[in-house]
Amino acid sequence: MAGVTYKTRQLRRRYIERSFATIAVAGAIFWLAINFIKSPTQFFEVTFTGLSNGILYALIALGYTLVYGIIELINFAHGDLFMLGGLFSAHFITLWFGQRLPSAVGWGVLALCLIAVMVFCATINVGIERFAYRRLRRAPKLAPLITAVGMSFILQFVGLRWNGSGQKTWPSLLPNGHFSIFGVKLPYTTIISFAVTIPVLLALTYIVTQTKQGKAMRATAQDQDASRLMGINVDRTISFTFGLGGALAGAAGLLFEQTRGLTSYNLGFQLGLIAFTAAVMGGIGNLQGAVLGAIIIGLIQGLNDGLPIGLGQQWSNTVVFSILILLMVFKPTGLLGKPTLEKV
Amino acid sequence: MTIISRLSRKQSTPKKRKAPASQRTWSIGFLTMAVVIYIFYTYIVPHTPDGFQSQIQTWFPPSALNEALVWVIAALGLNIVVGYAGLLDLGFVAFWAIGGYTAGWFMSGFFNQWNIHFGSESAKVIPGIHLSFWIVLLLGALICAFFGILIGAPTLRLKSDYLAIVTLGFGEIIPQIFVNGENIRGFNLSNGTKGISPVDSIGIFGKRLGPFDLNYKYMIFVFMAAFMVFISLRLRSGRLGRAWLAIREDELAASMMGIPLMKTKLSAYAVGAISGGLAGVAYATHVNGIFAERFQFSISIILLAMVVLGGMGNVWGVMVGALLIAWVNSTGLPALGNEINSTFHTNINFPSYTFLIFGALLILMMLFRREGILPESRLKMILHETDESDDNEEPHDFISEEEAL
Repeated sequence: MAGVTYKTRQLRRRYIERSFATIAVAGAIFWLAINFIKSPTQFFEVTFTGLSNGILYALIALGYTLVYGIIELINFAHGDLFMLGGLFSAHFITLWFGQRLPSAVGWGVLALCLIAVMVFCATINVGIERFAYRRLRRAPKLAPLITAVGMSFILQFVGLRWNGSGQKTWPSLLPNGHFSIFGVKLPYTTIISFAVTIPVLLALTYIVTQTKQGKAMRATAQDQDASRLMGINVDRTISFTFGLGGALAGAAGLLFEQTRGLTSYNLGFQLGLIAFTAAVMGGIGNLQGAVLGAIIIGLIQGLNDGLPIGLGQQWSNTVVFSILILLMVFKPTGLLGKPTLEKV
Repeated sequence: MTIISRLSRKQSTPKKRKAPASQRTWSIGFLTMAVVIYIFYTYIVPHTPDGFQSQIQTWFPPSALNEALVWVIAALGLNIVVGYAGLLDLGFVAFWAIGGYTAGWFMSGFFNQWNIHFGSESAKVIPGIHLSFWIVLLLGALICAFFGILIGAPTLRLKSDYLAIVTLGFGEIIPQIFVNGENIRGFNLSNGTKGISPVDSIGIFGKRLGPFDLNYKYMIFVFMAAFMVFISLRLRSGRLGRAWLAIREDELAASMMGIPLMKTKLSAYAVGAISGGLAGVAYATHVNGIFAERFQFSISIILLAMVVLGGMGNVWGVMVGALLIAWVNSTGLPALGNEINSTFHTNINFPSYTFLIFGALLILMMLFRREGILPESRLKMILHETDESDDNEEPHDFISEEEAL
């Protein structure tokens, strides 16, 4: 008897979830259609902005998902690492190299800065792992989580010291114009951020799926003890993963600083949360999922902020986090994630 | 054999239930502490030389004491959620905000389209909803409990870290609603960033307390803190509290033992939220207004730091942690900074180091003393249980095995 009621309850639950999801998707399509009819040009422009935001979020979200995948820790400090990356690039380009306008030298400095900022952020992230998280690897989950929150505060403090308490604007080395296709304006900056992000993502995929180090990462994520028995240096693999995540955050920091031209010490917290939402949306621990989730979140945010009929920018966070909560309730595994069985 | 004989002996002599001696001790200790502080501020300080009085004003002003008590109330609530039930809540500021706005709605002239007075000592001619402070406390607690269940109910299926993120999201959404709530389809919910001010003064025994009646407010806040301590201690030793501890230690095992997970976790959320609401109402009367931009993520983190520093799960530890951090935050750090700056002729802005201090505090506590200043014995064992299991040198505890037999 009890089994039957349990089964019917499960079925009813699934039915409610399905119908709810259908209604939500239908509502979203309806909203998009209305906006599209109202002003198609703006619709496409906003979509493009959303995509470029999304690809930036993807870089940050990958860092979350890599770290979560390997040691099941939500690295709260990751967003702040991105913020520091932005600050570092701003100082590197504008103050140390004195580049303020787009030029041939500027491109060289940008390329140099990309490498420098990736190394910078990777070093910080590895350092954080070495100093704090490694000692807590066997501790109950609450401990590393609280440590990560503390780390985030310390990085914000560094940002506060470095940047000051307000927002700072910086000159951009990227060309400022845009070209039009059928009246839709596509800024160059967006195209450049695609041009940087996509090779980085491809390189990451190559590292994780094709190299020996990537194999070690996947093995460690599956079972640390077993991979240790197979001769994998687990500590080094985890450090490598943190380094990889940090490098991605650094690249994202440079891109953000150059496309938006601003830095602020509390930027990392906001963007980090959004990126984390993206990682959860795609199924945390899943690389393709993180990119997919980030693009979806970027699109939703872009559309909500920019469309004529929408809640507008001041509700941006509310929209993103409501989606996160709904997702957690109805599909905690995310879009591409596999259901996890709890080990007893 | 011994077990059986012990069991039968227990059954044969049923004891009459009585409050344990420790509970009388704490209430007497708490009361003495509160009264000593009260007498010190009311009767002793005014008769001391001026130099000493100004020292007290810079280092331990009475208003800072009241604010610290508000933090104690909220931290005790978070302790129930994090310390007892082991559910990490990173959005506690949401309940604080909801409690604050409850005070703003029901005890100020904010809704001036209505004119409702009940039990309030404010003049009857002022428009707005003016309820008595005590009714608003109750309302704030109820509304927060409702929201606690609302956010808890759908999310408690999640694993711990996911839960933390959902609460965090909730803690971001609620303040944003209040910040943007100036014009929701023409309805002014929260007066936006301008905030709601002033809030009615507390009425007590037909007397109206002005904003500077710190002594009375001190007594009220002490009473509220004592209420929270009472709730925490009584619940902990009761059936519900033991269920919380069991869930904290091993959720799966607890559910196998027949503990209803959902109900138990939800009640932890609700009780925690209630105290958040109480703290929100108290804070609104303390600062005499509600300002949307104050409800930031850092409040959630400061509360968490209080609980962690003091000792998760131990009421007294949390109280010490809350008083200490609240004091450092409000007066301790600026006063210390001024002292150091004037002594060494430096110019360091000490309050700007709060981020560093809280971050470092959380990390160092987690690395070196996970159980806090005043640890709770059970939690201490759990927090260190899996620490060294990597080293393959499990100490064989023969004594305990013998005892078990």
